[in-house]
Amino acid sequence: MRSDDPSLKRLKPPKLTLFEQTYLPQILGGLVVTGRHIVNAAVGTGSLTMEYPEVQHQPSANYRGVHRLNKDEQGRVKCVACMLCATACPVHCIDIVGATAPESWTDREKYCQSFVIDELRCIYCGMCEEACPVDAIELTSFYDLTGLSREEMIFDKTKLLSVYDLTKKAEPMKSGIVAPDTDRTNELYTTPTTGPVIERQKLV
Amino acid sequence: MLLEILGLLIKISLVVGITQGAVAYLILVERKIAAFAQDRVGPNRVGPLGLLQPIVDGVKMFLKEDVTPNYVNKPIFILAPFLTIVTAMIGFAVVPFGPVGPNGPVLMDGPIQFQIAPGIDIGILYIFAVGSLAVYGIILAGYASNNKYSFLGGIRSSAQLISYEIPMGMSILGMVLLVGSLDLNSIIEWQSKHVWGILVQPLGFFIFLICAFAETNRLPFDLPESEQELVGGFHTEYSSMKFGMFFLGEYLHVITVSYLVVILFFGGWDIPFVTDSAQTGWIFAMIKVAAMLGKVLLMIVFVMWIRWTLPRFRYDRLMELAWKRMIPLAIANMVVTATVLQLVRG
Repeated sequence: MRSDDPSLKRLKPPKLTLFEQTYLPQILGGLVVTGRHIVNAAVGTGSLTMEYPEVQHQPSANYRGVHRLNKDEQGRVKCVACMLCATACPVHCIDIVGATAPESWTDREKYCQSFVIDELRCIYCGMCEEACPVDAIELTSFYDLTGLSREEMIFDKTKLLSVYDLTKKAEPMKSGIVAPDTDRTNELYTTPTTGPVIERQKLV
Repeated sequence: MLLEILGLLIKISLVVGITQGAVAYLILVERKIAAFAQDRVGPNRVGPLGLLQPIVDGVKMFLKEDVTPNYVNKPIFILAPFLTIVTAMIGFAVVPFGPVGPNGPVLMDGPIQFQIAPGIDIGILYIFAVGSLAVYGIILAGYASNNKYSFLGGIRSSAQLISYEIPMGMSILGMVLLVGSLDLNSIIEWQSKHVWGILVQPLGFFIFLICAFAETNRLPFDLPESEQELVGGFHTEYSSMKFGMFFLGEYLHVITVSYLVVILFFGGWDIPFVTDSAQTGWIFAMIKVAAMLGKVLLMIVFVMWIRWTLPRFRYDRLMELAWKRMIPLAIANMVVTATVLQLVRG
């Protein structure tokens, strides 16, 4: 469109009166606004600050914090070492070593012998949670994650299971407890699992 | 004679001590108001309600490493913060903190004068003369830092302070004409007898107020610092207590200017229908000192309130405001006042 197009509608700023040109009414208006904020925050409830250590922030239900490994009704880890979470993970922070399940575990062939998540590397995208076919890995609303060393921030299976024990009351499993012998899990059992994580990392 | 000198020394140390302490707490007030204006809580961890915060801030200032870069002009670099402080402090010599005159409360052999140098009949001129020296601290700091941002800050400051000095000086001429004296105490007494200055010189008050903001380098006129453009302006290279002294100087200026506004336009120690200059005794003296202090505190809070209301001026607009708006208005105000006075007095 050309600048002299007749269909072009031109908007002009409103003309200020002489009094408005002194900018005094505008300044007074501004003073009223800031004054209201100052008074509200000083004597009323205007302050939005959450005084953290005393008042704890409650994240929303879908907040993605520290991971946990869910347990089933018998207290066993739900993970079946299918490696789907490790495959889905965009930053490769999950390291699983699978092993043949004990004879007594009739519902599965494999379980995770070791399950390690590097919480420093993790970007908390929640894709592992989405990928998991048995809802074994979940992200909790636990957010004040601190440590004194990098080693401390690499969570192993025991630690991840303890996060479950810590949070299971406040946050029940998102899909409830899945019965171990549904069709879906049986399907999974017939699918051969892929190789160890380390090999895939080399490929990438 | 000896007693007089002793009294003077006590007065000076009282004024210096109280104003420095006040500055520390003004910084807390400023931080609190800043927080409230932004719907925050502000410092509240050190001591009850954060009241020990200024002490911690002061200790921090003293304990920080004092870095002097290699490329600075050392003597001037060190001189600049001292100049800032000294010029800000010596202005207090003629500021009356309460009633001055023969009716003050009697202690030992004479009435107490709430002023370090009582009876100076050119009080305003002195404050203006000393106040314009403050620009040297900033210019020298910018120049000695040998850094383009500091230098730009110094340059801006010099142009700004010199420009705003003119309307500031002219805006008070109306009051001076009315009272017929440059003595700050006479100005207060005149207002106590007649009306407050703001009622007879509203335009003069506005011009003086705006220039006062510019003279103290406070927002919306803090172009010498303007942290978004110039890093820190003239104090970019300063650290530790040298930086603290610039800070102190700025707040001392705010106090002086607030006292001036109160003295010139809000009647100083005057409370209408309650006080007059003939009253004697301790009670009235204390009432007057408290009234003045209260007004000054309100004024300082107003300065901080403005800071969180108005954005910073663009530099050419700043100059335009001084030369094209304030100076003609100030001259008009002076001419009109003089004409009316001449007609009324005959």
